[in-house]
Amino acid sequence: MANKILAVLEQREGIIKRSGFEAASTAAKLAKDLHTSAEAVVVGDAISNLNDISKYGIQKIFHLKNSGLANYSSSGYTEAINNLVKEANYDILILSNTALGKDLAPRLSIKLDAGCVVDCIKLNLSGNDLILTRPAYAGKALIDVKLLSNKKVITLRPNVFKAQVAESPAPAEIVVKEISGVNLKSKVTSFKKSEGKLDVAEADIIVSGGRGMKGPENFHLIEELAEALGAAVGASRAVVDAGWRPHSEQVGQTGKTVSPTLYVACGISGAIQHLAGMSSSKYIVAVNKDKDAPIFNVADYGITGDLFEIIPAFTNEIKKVKQ
Amino acid sequence: MKIVVCVSHVPDTATRIKVGSDGKTIDPTGVTYIINPYDEYAVEEALKTKEKLSTGEVIVVTLGSENGKETIRKALAMGVDSGVLLKDDNQRDSFGIAKALAEEIKAQGSQLVFMGKQSVDYDNSIVGQLTAELLDFNCVTVCVKLEINGENIIAEREIEGGREIVETSLPAVITCQKGLNEPRYASLKGIMAAKKKTIEEKSAASYTPTSEVVGMYLPAGKQPGRIVGSDASAVPELVRLLKEEAKVI
Repeated sequence: MANKILAVLEQREGIIKRSGFEAASTAAKLAKDLHTSAEAVVVGDAISNLNDISKYGIQKIFHLKNSGLANYSSSGYTEAINNLVKEANYDILILSNTALGKDLAPRLSIKLDAGCVVDCIKLNLSGNDLILTRPAYAGKALIDVKLLSNKKVITLRPNVFKAQVAESPAPAEIVVKEISGVNLKSKVTSFKKSEGKLDVAEADIIVSGGRGMKGPENFHLIEELAEALGAAVGASRAVVDAGWRPHSEQVGQTGKTVSPTLYVACGISGAIQHLAGMSSSKYIVAVNKDKDAPIFNVADYGITGDLFEIIPAFTNEIKKVKQ
Repeated sequence: MKIVVCVSHVPDTATRIKVGSDGKTIDPTGVTYIINPYDEYAVEEALKTKEKLSTGEVIVVTLGSENGKETIRKALAMGVDSGVLLKDDNQRDSFGIAKALAEEIKAQGSQLVFMGKQSVDYDNSIVGQLTAELLDFNCVTVCVKLEINGENIIAEREIEGGREIVETSLPAVITCQKGLNEPRYASLKGIMAAKKKTIEEKSAASYTPTSEVVGMYLPAGKQPGRIVGSDASAVPELVRLLKEEAKVI
């Protein structure tokens, strides 16, 4: 039978991210189906929530430790994980499709002579073949991909696979390996936090504004609704190109493809590039005065009317309900 | 310095996708092809870097069929010096693309390579990293700011919730994100000059595929939902639905 599965978890500032536990939980489930075992690895300096791994059906976690690896280093992380994979012999590596995962996965795939499929939204076993489903053309199409190599490296789209708590979790064995002589040919020296509180790529709820907002000065309405909902602020390409909002907020084909639980589109008509990037959201609310706008074709709930009245009322109502 | 910029020839982002008769690729009928939008930032950054150094040359490389020359011409019209078409009429996986690019970059003896952070067809966003790893180059992905001083590179890359400052050195592959620069328009003079520039054709290096697309299909369409109302008086009902029916707040 197949060799073991390794979930590669991402940490930021010493805390394993939720997407890391999604990878761990998916690895545990796949291992069960393949009658093999799943283990996990995290690279970094001190990590505060290593014990949480037990909840997700993983029995062993490696902490590859070095103070020089507290921040991401593509060369250092690749080398450390590659060494572990060669030592312990894993066949399938599962990462998250985050900025870090996307950077690291292809590098590991070359080192391991493995095929690499990123941004998977579904894993299926067809006999012994692992079939990976992923969006292409920003979600306008889906493709099923089969890896032909023995070793496989895949990344999972965040928020799609659930971090499922195992029924009777046993405490995981934590193996701390001090790494020496790390390769820091390329390293992150600092991090500049963006102004927005939450990033659209990781948010559970997104409130987006489009050209119907009429100008950057009106985006405080979007920000206030987002704050009431605990949501990230998104934007259409038109308003990013007009310089009203930063590119990091752009949702759609040349921005980010997102699948939050709730997507609120305000003053967005729904150009095909935008729809491609958000129509896989679980629930979509549209507020637009044009009742023929294409956004209503994908919206679960819509209000056709003046957003300058509707959004503030929406914000107030959310505040009331949340009290 | 020889700078290589890798571009891809992709369907316009406004394209409505139809699955082709093979059930694995798109139906190209009526599809307009463009230079991959992220590759325009790569071309601009390559040209800017050359201008700053006031020496060297920029070579654009693409892989694919004869039609790829249109995209090469676009880069030449922006000011790139010459083009190379790595010919292969068959679809390749990311590894196959990276293998051919890496061989060409090695043959050119280039130490600095730019490409878009992903191409908007398959959205893989891994060709840059694969190419760098095959060449044993450093690599900065999703780059939004770049400074090169001699051998040293200080770059900013976009990640969730902010930007990482990355320090590395040449040789390197940089994958470019929107925001890195403002790509120039091709001038009439540029377009005329592009016609005289050479495009060399070579066969793309062979490779063993690591993955195979077994099917392509369209996502299940969403059914249009409910219009709750036409003014602010509909808001309480909307919030009730989100709370009680959708259970999302």
